Amino acid sequence: MSLQEFWDYLVLGVMLGSLYAVIAIGYTLVYGVLQLLNFAHSEVFMLGAYGSLIVLQFVSPADNPSALASIGYVALAMAGSALFGGVTAYGLEKVAYRPLRRRGAPRLIFLITAIGASFFLYNLAGKLFGRDPMTLPEMYDNHNVLTIFGAGVNVTQLLQFATAVVMMICLDLLVNRTKLGKGIRAVAQDAEVASLMGVDIDRVISRTFVIGGVMGGVAGFLFANLNQASYTMGFIPGITAFAAAVVGGIGNIRGAMAGGILIGIVETMTVPLLGDQWRSVSAMVVLILVLMFRPMGILGERVGRAA
Amino acid sequence: MSATTQLRKDSDAAGAPEPGETLLELKGMRVFYGAIEALKGIDLTVAKGEIVALLGGNGAGKTTTLRTVSGMLQPRHGQVLLRGERIDGIKSHELVRFGIGHVPEGRRVFATMSVRENLEMGAYKFSAVDSADVDRVFTLFPRLAERRSQLAGTLSGGEQQMLAIGRALMGRPELLLLDEPSMGLAPLIVQQIFEIVQEINEQGTTVLLVEQNATQALALADRGYVLETGSVAMSGAAGELLADSRIRAAYLGEGAG
Repeated sequence: MSLQEFWDYLVLGVMLGSLYAVIAIGYTLVYGVLQLLNFAHSEVFMLGAYGSLIVLQFVSPADNPSALASIGYVALAMAGSALFGGVTAYGLEKVAYRPLRRRGAPRLIFLITAIGASFFLYNLAGKLFGRDPMTLPEMYDNHNVLTIFGAGVNVTQLLQFATAVVMMICLDLLVNRTKLGKGIRAVAQDAEVASLMGVDIDRVISRTFVIGGVMGGVAGFLFANLNQASYTMGFIPGITAFAAAVVGGIGNIRGAMAGGILIGIVETMTVPLLGDQWRSVSAMVVLILVLMFRPMGILGERVGRAA
Repeated sequence: MSATTQLRKDSDAAGAPEPGETLLELKGMRVFYGAIEALKGIDLTVAKGEIVALLGGNGAGKTTTLRTVSGMLQPRHGQVLLRGERIDGIKSHELVRFGIGHVPEGRRVFATMSVRENLEMGAYKFSAVDSADVDRVFTLFPRLAERRSQLAGTLSGGEQQMLAIGRALMGRPELLLLDEPSMGLAPLIVQQIFEIVQEINEQGTTVLLVEQNATQALALADRGYVLETGSVAMSGAAGELLADSRIRAAYLGEGAG
């Protein structure tokens, strides 16, 4: 691998990683407040992609749009994906998980419900939107806009990376600076005591799902914009992002970010070194190594509860 | 059974409200964990301005009583009345608005939040944190002021207990429920914490105190109730209970009946 190739793949890896990081945050947030592995989050991601697709089909972008129009299309597509992602996550919590919480169902039942919800959602999407992959309409002229370490970065990649970073910064501020964020952290640490402080646990959990859902939905749009939208598109990125969340230390938001970037880089670097077919394998190898040598994850200070 | 007369220690503290008016009343409160009856009909009153001690051995139902008052558990039978209004059935996060502050057993501070953030959590029900409330807590517990940016998990047990009490005070409770504040603490620290509880009471907060340490709790309290396996076994003025041979026997001889 030449030095230039190294830089090219590193830049690609960081960009892919930023997307994994955003999806991983969805897993980690929900795990934080509910100790639930929400395997249906991959479907939130997938439906986000369809949300942007539906909006774009409705708007039907003109050929050779002006810069301003391009920004408008992107903003609308993003809004559509955020809406679909947020609503799906909200509905999931309300319909699938809340009734289980009311009955005090065991952890395993939640997990199976999550997997069932995932099957239901992607089959529903296949039925509603068709089973052929779809390409998003062109919203802008995709040319190279900048060069980092000699690696060209086009509009799509820049959009993906910048959006992911902005979302992560906003989330970090929300969790650390706002009252809702404080409520989320309190529920994650000790839900019962949080309720004694006046935190409405149900509301905090619901909003946590929506936040993770909006981010996951937008990630779905960014992914589909780079590749395609399909009803099965959630599976591989979902599993990979879940691995990223665990690698970073599940429940830890900054850990999810770090884990996402790390897995993105490792996965991408694998391509020139071992070949494309080893991509997903390498991500899982990272997961296994982390679980062997640092089971709480890179930044994880709390997997499960302190006694 | 001695009468639950509302004898009161003379308190010359300014600002302490006139005792007499009932703040909290439990009527025939029965609480179940599944099929197990944890509380078998508790009758208890706390008058405004009092410190009432709730005593008893392990499993007597002290913590269950507090948890039911603050809405974490619901009674299957009976009533919980605050200022004469029924509050059973109201969820705990709504109940804080009624002026109940609960310092849970084992302190349970938010370990990965700073001291300051823990206090802010205590004021969660308000739209904004009143810095006067923070100052009040820091005046009561100067140790917390020194450690305001430290993570709560790094505090000593005594400091965590102070923080747990301070956090509850941030909600400006009228009724403070204290669950075993002395647990696992050195006698000197316990002494300090009890003095502060007294001070909080003198500033106008009514206290319902759960303790295993009967002697110390009764020295502080106006009245006391002794629970045994889910029922009130004895109640009366703190002085009477302290003098009662049965109490002395029960507490010197490890665990109640």
